[in-house]
Amino acid sequence: MTADPEQEPYVALRTKALESLLIEKGLLTEEAKDRQVSAYEMDIGPLAGAKVVAKAWTDAEFRGRLLSDAGAAIAEMGLATGTSLVVVENTPDVHNMVVCTLCSCYPWMVLGLPPTWYKSFAYRSRAVIEPRSVLSEFGLELPEDVTVHVWDSSAEQRYMVLPQRPSGTEAMSEDELASLVSRDAMIGVAAVEEPAT
Amino acid sequence: MNGVHDMGGMHGFGPIVIDEDEHLFHAPWEARVRSMVMLSIAQGRFNADASRYGIEQMPPAVQLNAPYFERWLASLEFNHVREGNVSEVELEDRIDVLRENPSFTVEPKAPLRPSNPPRTGNLDGLVGLSANPRFAVGDAVIAKNINPLGHTRLPRYARGKRGTITRVHGIFAFADTNAHGLGLQPQTVYNVAFAGRELWGDSAEMNQVVSLDLWESHLEPPPAE
Repeated sequence: MTADPEQEPYVALRTKALESLLIEKGLLTEEAKDRQVSAYEMDIGPLAGAKVVAKAWTDAEFRGRLLSDAGAAIAEMGLATGTSLVVVENTPDVHNMVVCTLCSCYPWMVLGLPPTWYKSFAYRSRAVIEPRSVLSEFGLELPEDVTVHVWDSSAEQRYMVLPQRPSGTEAMSEDELASLVSRDAMIGVAAVEEPAT
Repeated sequence: MNGVHDMGGMHGFGPIVIDEDEHLFHAPWEARVRSMVMLSIAQGRFNADASRYGIEQMPPAVQLNAPYFERWLASLEFNHVREGNVSEVELEDRIDVLRENPSFTVEPKAPLRPSNPPRTGNLDGLVGLSANPRFAVGDAVIAKNINPLGHTRLPRYARGKRGTITRVHGIFAFADTNAHGLGLQPQTVYNVAFAGRELWGDSAEMNQVVSLDLWESHLEPPPAE
């Protein structure tokens, strides 16, 4: 998946050529384009999702609303979800994980841009046929009696995993809890670890 | 289409490679491509379904060898050409101009040209509640065995398989037609859960479920028993 170093300048040239034509034809402005780039680089990241998880762990009523209508629940926190978001909850019996086998649909509204591995052919092809084997490559071994539920994002719904709250976190504040929640845990390829004491 | 983009269940792509220190974009052109795609969709130049189809129509070997944002660029070029906004000759010529003269610039136009007609889709707020969905939560359904030449969001691995409706999401534009300018055909989207053994037979792992979001046109009731 890495770019051929000889080829990259040609790709950059193709990009510039299209951009130049779209600007010349009144189909694009420089300023709008730069604003888009900075929104993704600066404003959106997995912290939004981590805050949602921490709130769900500490507020049972919010958790209920989040699982039944994630868009409305997240709007209460002042975050917008854009397209439809569905939050699926890990339990001792069910572990959820998210993939998009057809392209690379991702819950960007809560997690920002996807990591490269999420878009890789290996992840896209294998997550639906051998999810346990994929999870073990991420260091997550699940007991055989735990159901692995894979959500293949084939329409406009985007999926985020609500991980299980680790033990030993009872005294932690919402902010402290949010700091424990990794992007990978919300994609469903990691568990949230008990904090080291 | 039965293309290489439809990868669910394929073998041979190797282990998952995880790069811990990765940047969001590996080069500036990648961010520019992403923003051009997002803006083009927001402006109704083409819709998100056509954007996905633009990647699918890349020849298989080219598609597999192109890094992620190069696939986006190919689709961006394809769709602007398909909509008549630019021609392939113009693109080739402009590449030559920029190669000779990297500081070549053009005068921006204001206001921007409207998209006529705008290419709308599910990102334009079309979602509604289903007044009369054909299926209900708990119903058994079969994903149809279809093999269209064009865009479809029903992956090969689920075709002909039996699953259970687990959620009724509401009404959405039908990606399979909307990618081709064949109309929004709004209809109910359902989440359908398939057992691992139904999809993969004896090769399935223990206690495995795969859920897909499928449009009503993708589904039929199972044959009477």
